[in-house]
Amino acid sequence: MYGKKVKLRFFFFSTIFLAILLTTFLILKSLEENVVYFISPSDVKVLPELNQKKMRIGGMVKKGSIETNSNEILFIITDYKSEIKVSFSGSIPNLFAEEKGVVAEGYLKDRNFFNAKKILAKHDENYMPPEVKKAIEDKQ
Amino acid sequence: MIFNNIGYYSLVFGLFISIYLLFFSFFLYIKGKSNNDLNLNIYHFSLIQLFLVILSFICLILCFILSDFSNETVYYNSHTTKPIFYKIAGAWGNHEGSLLLWLLVLTLFIFLFIIKSKSQPKKYRLLSIFFQQIIITGFFLFLLITSNPFDYLFPTPKEGLGLNPILQDPALVIHPPILYLGYVGSSIIFSSSLAALIENNLGTIWAKHIKNWVFVSWIFLTLGILLGSIWAYYELGWGGFWFWDPVENVSLMPWFSLTALLHTILVLEKRQLLKLWTIVLSISTFSLSMSGTFLVRSGILNSVHTFASDPERGVFILIFLFLLIFLAIFIFFFFSKNIEQVKGRNFYWLSKDFSILINNWFMMYFLSVVLIGTVYPIFLEVITSDKISIGPPFYNKLLIPFLIPFLIIMSFGPKLKWIKDRFEMLKLYKILFFFISLIISIFIYEKLGKNNLLISILILAGIYLFLISLIDFFKSKNNLSQNISHFGFSLLILSIILNSFFSSEFSSNMKIGDQIEFENKIIKFSKIESKKGSNYNSIVANFTIEDKNKRVTNFFPEIRIYNQPNIMTSEADIKTSIFYDKFFVVNLLKNETYFNVRYQVKSFMVWIWISTLLIALGGFIGLVKKIR
Repeated sequence: MYGKKVKLRFFFFSTIFLAILLTTFLILKSLEENVVYFISPSDVKVLPELNQKKMRIGGMVKKGSIETNSNEILFIITDYKSEIKVSFSGSIPNLFAEEKGVVAEGYLKDRNFFNAKKILAKHDENYMPPEVKKAIEDKQ
Repeated sequence: MIFNNIGYYSLVFGLFISIYLLFFSFFLYIKGKSNNDLNLNIYHFSLIQLFLVILSFICLILCFILSDFSNETVYYNSHTTKPIFYKIAGAWGNHEGSLLLWLLVLTLFIFLFIIKSKSQPKKYRLLSIFFQQIIITGFFLFLLITSNPFDYLFPTPKEGLGLNPILQDPALVIHPPILYLGYVGSSIIFSSSLAALIENNLGTIWAKHIKNWVFVSWIFLTLGILLGSIWAYYELGWGGFWFWDPVENVSLMPWFSLTALLHTILVLEKRQLLKLWTIVLSISTFSLSMSGTFLVRSGILNSVHTFASDPERGVFILIFLFLLIFLAIFIFFFFSKNIEQVKGRNFYWLSKDFSILINNWFMMYFLSVVLIGTVYPIFLEVITSDKISIGPPFYNKLLIPFLIPFLIIMSFGPKLKWIKDRFEMLKLYKILFFFISLIISIFIYEKLGKNNLLISILILAGIYLFLISLIDFFKSKNNLSQNISHFGFSLLILSIILNSFFSSEFSSNMKIGDQIEFENKIIKFSKIESKKGSNYNSIVANFTIEDKNKRVTNFFPEIRIYNQPNIMTSEADIKTSIFYDKFFVVNLLKNETYFNVRYQVKSFMVWIWISTLLIALGGFIGLVKKIR
């Protein structure tokens, strides 16, 4: 038979192995559930299916599209190819303005309408989501 | 103009000295006899190097104060109307200046290291200096090649572009220097642990000596994270203090690693175990600090905090980082065979050593969760070009369950004896505390209602640790520093939980004269006034909140419109009291009559800051006690 020490060591290593396995499993599973995809308005148009998952849409706020009333703000996010209407109630960040970059997090109602739960700030006034930058460069 | 040149050339000379010291220390190491003192040249040249970098830093500050726009950095980040305080702070509020500050701290620390390590073997000291000079040379090159703070601009512009107004905040003035002290402190630990590994010097004496550096960088890292968090709370107007944003995560990861090291070094000191593990932690802390800088500066991270970034710089740091890590790994595998393990020493399951080992496992788990959450989006984007972000639910789900056993072990681990302890019968007061915690958490559970069993158990563990460390504080005075830190940690966890569950918020769009009801209170937007600051115009909104007892509170949140760059910022009006903060912020939409209004009651906000301060204070007490 194996000695006590070997048994103990075997027990020790298998515990560690199991712990690592369990951790990896937990992390991966949690990742899968909590990932938020970042897409552009053009991507929305070609999405294979509309699901109820949380997502982020990034682009520029279209000029002259902001409307406000007492409980919501409506505006249009554009990547200069396609656009999507966004409704948001809550507090907006400082750098939210027409023709500035914006990232909205929330749920799609349909291909043309997005219910935002959160508007994210970029601290840099000249910030532009990379896709938008590319779209603008392509246009020129 | 003149300062620009002085600053630049002192950096160039600094680089030469660095290269000289690099070769000289290596040469002395190869040739060195073991007993005599360190060559005086090393002292002198390190001092000159430090002096040159300080000189160059002062020159940069002078350029900022004098608004010398022939300096490109000044042009991009300053403006004549900026208050003098922010002109000075602007010197390190940008990429180039902040790197110069990194370098300043690096040279300062190596000089202090040389002075403070006199009792250590000479060859070990030379080797530490050698490794540290590799890092310093790298930073000199990085600074001069990719981000020279003294770039000359011609023709000289009349006016600068101004500093991003959200950086014009007192907390952000001291946040970078403090955080860098933490980061750079880890570089000393890195160099010295590699040197100790090669010299086979890993033992009680080395542990005692390096422990001071671990404490110093740990304290500064903790304070640096705290300041960043305070800044986000006051300045960003979201009313939150932690967003699990990648930029925040990169400062938290080295903290986990360093905290693990802080505990492990004690085991090394007392029992001469975990030698190699100490080295691994030293290497990983430094690598995480460096890659933090890399990730933030390269623009790879899709962060809401992204400031202007430049890929070229990122590549440089990446290459430098890889070289250092490869060097470290190579040294680790090549020399780790030489380390003799003390025979017959093992961990007994009920001992202080073992509880520290458990602490390390938890820290590594927390670290890997945050690491995966931070880098997974980068990898996914490279592989599938999907852009994703990982939000707070991921972290909450993976961290909260593991905090429970962690807190429980924290409540008894530190009190166990080294080597081997006997299992004692539970003392009466412990059982009493357990029941008190149980009753409070059941009470809170009732109040929360909806499926918050896990949180309630966490509260139970938190309160238990809180009480135990509180009684220890009065019972025994011999381990004050550990006690205060652990007490602070339990307070932190409790405040964060209470903060997230008992805070309420209200947001709406309001016109002047509007009145809205919220939780039995009437919020009234009475009027706006305009004010003028030195480099901004501001709109001060007057709000009154009337509760059911007719008590009226006034709030004056402000919207500032800075002249250069033309940016609006909101200055929240925050009324702090012991149990809650009232946080009021407004925002203006251009060409609209509506103001975007947000009112939040944040419970136990001030306790989050206090508890983090206590954690750092514990470290400080430990350090003072050791130096004495």
